[in-house]
Order: sequence, then C-alpha cells, then structure tokens
Amino acid sequence: MNIVVCMKQVPDTTEVKIDPVTGTLIREGIPSIINPDDKSGLEAALGLKDEVGAKVTVLSMGPPQADVALREALAMGADEAVLLSDRAFGGADTWATSTTLAAALTKLGFDLIICGRQAIDGDTAQVGPQIAEHLGLPQVSYVSELQLAGDSVVVKRIFEDGYQRIKVRMPCLLTTLKDMNTPRYMSVAGIYDAYKKHIQLWGLADIVVDQANIGLKGSPTRVKKSFTKGTKSAGKVYEVDAKEGARIIVEALREKYVI
Amino acid sequence: MNISDYRGVMVFAEQRSGVVQKIAHELLGVGRRIADTLGEPLMALLIGSKVTEAQAQDLIAQGADTVILADDPAFAVYMTEPYAKAMALAIETYKPGIVFTGATTIGRDLAPRVSARVKTGLTADCTGLEVEEETRNLLMTRPAFGGNIMATIICPEHRPQMSTVRPGVMRKLDRDNKRAGTIARLAVNIEAKDINVEILEVVVEKSTKKNIEEANVLVSGGRGLGTEENFKKLNNVAAELGGLVSASRAVVDAGWATQDRQVGQTGKTVRPDVYIACGISGMIQHIAGMEDSDFIVAINKNSGAPIFEYADLGIVTDVNKLVPALVEELRTIKAAS
Repeated sequence: MNIVVCMKQVPDTTEVKIDPVTGTLIREGIPSIINPDDKSGLEAALGLKDEVGAKVTVLSMGPPQADVALREALAMGADEAVLLSDRAFGGADTWATSTTLAAALTKLGFDLIICGRQAIDGDTAQVGPQIAEHLGLPQVSYVSELQLAGDSVVVKRIFEDGYQRIKVRMPCLLTTLKDMNTPRYMSVAGIYDAYKKHIQLWGLADIVVDQANIGLKGSPTRVKKSFTKGTKSAGKVYEVDAKEGARIIVEALREKYVI
Repeated sequence: MNISDYRGVMVFAEQRSGVVQKIAHELLGVGRRIADTLGEPLMALLIGSKVTEAQAQDLIAQGADTVILADDPAFAVYMTEPYAKAMALAIETYKPGIVFTGATTIGRDLAPRVSARVKTGLTADCTGLEVEEETRNLLMTRPAFGGNIMATIICPEHRPQMSTVRPGVMRKLDRDNKRAGTIARLAVNIEAKDINVEILEVVVEKSTKKNIEEANVLVSGGRGLGTEENFKKLNNVAAELGGLVSASRAVVDAGWATQDRQVGQTGKTVRPDVYIACGISGMIQHIAGMEDSDFIVAINKNSGAPIFEYADLGIVTDVNKLVPALVEELRTIKAAS
C-alpha cells in the first residue's frame, strides 16, 4: 500500500507576537514546525505502516528550507520525501497549490492520500478537498480515527454536534485532526537514517501541469491588503480595590439594564 | 469566462436532520446587505431530503428573494459528493456572482470541493464582507496567521466569488413573514457512482449543555485566575447575571473548562451583550473571538494587559478578590429590589 502524506512547514503561530509600536508581525525567532494536523496525519500513516506494512511518502510544497520538516518526517519513519520547490509555484493560493500537489501525486501514485485538515498559518482547510476534486477521489475531512478494512478505510468523521463512521474505498483522500493521536518522536536511529535518505527535489519540469494553473498567475484569489486589527477606543480603566471595583461594575451593568 | 454573466448572491442554507441551521439565517443577513448594495437578487440553496415549501418560505422571511430546493433521498445525511454535485449544478444553472457557505464542518468540506470543480477562488472563514465601490468586486476579510493579522482577499477574474463565513459573526435579519419571494426546484441526477462513501453510523450528540454563542452575558475566565477552584467561582457570577461561563484557551488547555466553552480564534466567536473577562490578558487570538461583544468588562491585576485596550470598562485589581465582592454586590442589589 502506498500512502502519501501532504505536509506543510509552518511558523508556530502560537509564538507569534505583534510589535506594539509598529503594529506589525514579529517574524524573527519564530520556530518552524510541521503543521500539527499534518503531523497527526503522518502518525496515522506510520501506524498503518507498523500494522500492515505500507510505504509512506511525505510530500511538501514550499521554499528549499522546508526540507527540514521533511527530514523530521523521515526521522519519524517515513520512507521517502519529495519537496516541490520552484519559483513558478510561488504566490499560489489554495486552488493553485492543490493543482500543483495533485500533479505531483499523480506522478507519485498512491492508494491513500492524507492531508492535515488545515494549516495553522492559513487555517483554510481547503487544499485537501481541492486535491481530491482535482484527482477525482472520494474525500473525508475532519477525521479523528482511522482503521484499515480490506481495500477500504473506516474513519470517524467529526461534526460540531456529533460524528459519523464512514467507510470509503481506496484510492481516497482523508484530512486529519491533530487530536487523533500523539505523533511519535524521532528515534536516534531514525535521525541517523534520515540523513542518509535522499529528499527528492521536484521543480516545474518534474511534473505535468498547465503553467496557467499554478503559482500566482494560476491563483483566482489575490491578497488585496493585510493589516493588524486596530484596537477600538479604549474605555475607562479604574485602579481600585476589589470592593470598589465590584461596585463600579454593578453600576455599569445597571446602566446597561442587564440587572 | 465572461464575469458579467454572473449576477446575484447565493447562500448555502445548511440543514442538519432536516433543521435549517442558524448559520443559514446569518448568511441571508449578510447576503441581503451585499445583494442590495449590488442591486442584485439573493438566492438561498436548500439541499436535503423532503425539504419543504414551509422551510423555503421561512428562508424568504429571513431575506431570500428566491429559494432553490434540491430534494433527493441521497441528501438525507450530508455526504460530500452528492452535495457538491447539487451545488455545482446550482451555480452552473443560476450563475451567481457570489456564493456564501457557512464555515462549519460541512461548509468547509463542501465549498473547497465545489470551488475546485467550478474553477474559482474560495476565501475561508470570512469575518468581514463588503463590496468595493469602484470595481463591484467582493472584499473578503479574514483572520490569518492564527488571528494575528487580517487579510482582505479578492477574486477579480473568476466567478462566482466564493467564501465561507465564520458562524456567529454576521447578524441575521428580523423575520418578515410578509416578504415575497419565489421557490424553484433543482433536479439533481444523483447516480450510484456519486455515493462514493458508505455511512456506517451517524451519531448526533444532543448536548444538554448550553451554548456560549447563545448567551446574553458571558463571564469568561483566563489563566490569571490561577487555579481551577478560582475559575469555578465564576459560576456564581454567571448565575447572578443569568449568563454562562466561558474561557480562554489557556484555561481549556489546563483542563479547567471543556473545549465547547473556549472563546477565540481556535474556539468560538461570541457577541454577547456583556462580556466580563476575568484574569484574561487579551492575546490577539482571544480578542478575535469576543471583540464584537456589546459591552466588555475586563478585570486584571496587570494594568498593562492588552485586554484593557478592548474593554469598555476596566478594573485593575486582584480578580480573585473582586469575584466574591461582585457576587456579594449583585446579591445585595437583588435583595434590595
């Protein structure tokens, strides 16, 4: 069985801070990590590999330094790694990104594709379902449990108000939630092996894709502007003892007719 | 693609177990405003099994000019492919310039699939939607980078302009039973190959817990409370005010509160009449989930806490002393009235 896990290297957005003076993002010193939903997807794939034997390939699109994330995946136990990196891929929105990844997946071949539900820097949750559409595959997103059942997988699919258990025949695409498991650590032997393994670097010439559909040019959406949220005009602040504070709050709530 | 062929706003009226969801009304609220700005019609697409004219009338009362009913037994329980086929056909048939879907676990599965199929852009989890006067393009604003920045996205050369819209952000309209509208039926040919997954089990967890998104008053706790015991005391304040207790991510991560109580970028977006932030410093991720509350009270012993920049009323004091004082004050008032 061939499993391909799509991964993104992302800045750890929980560590991001805003410069209070300029109102801009402080990017320096922010660690890069494997996107959490993707890492759990990788763990699920490695679990299937342990259980029934499978070849696990990790695929990422990004700048050359994204090989760090792939190296970590290899050290966790992935068999092969492919990095899609080319200027022509740059500036892509989810439509163009999914088109590029779909072309690489076609070249790789697969029985099962696993993507993380969403990346913490974009939070869109779009690339997985869009890849599935480009490849004409059934998809199940928001997966929190995964079992193999012959030529199918049985998954638990989470909703706001419950869940479904769904059986889907392979080839198919799943998007996974970070809560589904606890990803294993890299082993010492794994780290050693990871540096012996070769990360394949694929550019535009290595995949079959219409150039009009990739990169910035192939992206239907554009970022018109980005900004940090301004604070609203601050209200009154009192430095008082607890009793006086309570009195002020109650008075304000009475004015608002809450009490 | 000739983009001038595309007119009108279409909203996906999500239903679950035959019940049209609140998000559908919120989408009609924002959809009405956008449609009126453009001088174009507002359509609601209701996909389901045994969907009724009464449900369609209800969507009209909530703002729709036209309700498109796609009725098939295959639509009884949400499945990606049958729903995607119906939505893609509705887009092809009605050629809307704009399509809104809720950023729910269904909408975020369906919309990307459809956007890839009809080859257009999709902007996720929008919290702001406006029309650009000059170009008549839709300006779609969303949080990015874990809520640290906002980005305004356009989709200038493809139609429809699609976005998923974060629940709880847009206001629904007041119901107007006198509103007139039309009902159309969309025949979708669902074939055996479209049922490409087998649903083995459907579990709806009827939560008896109250939903923080519905509360008029929220008493919200953060790490500054120090202990779970102190956090639990917020229940007393909430009880006095007829509200609910919510929490910051730190509190949920610490296990003092369950995930369904979490406010913020990775939790829920709330807009109660009163939001009382107790020991919450005001990380941008938290602010993203509560800044539209009508009246924000912040209590924190650190006068430099960012929460004070968003608060209508701030009290710099020890929150663990203030909470019992506030309960006492509220009880005194109640006894006197």
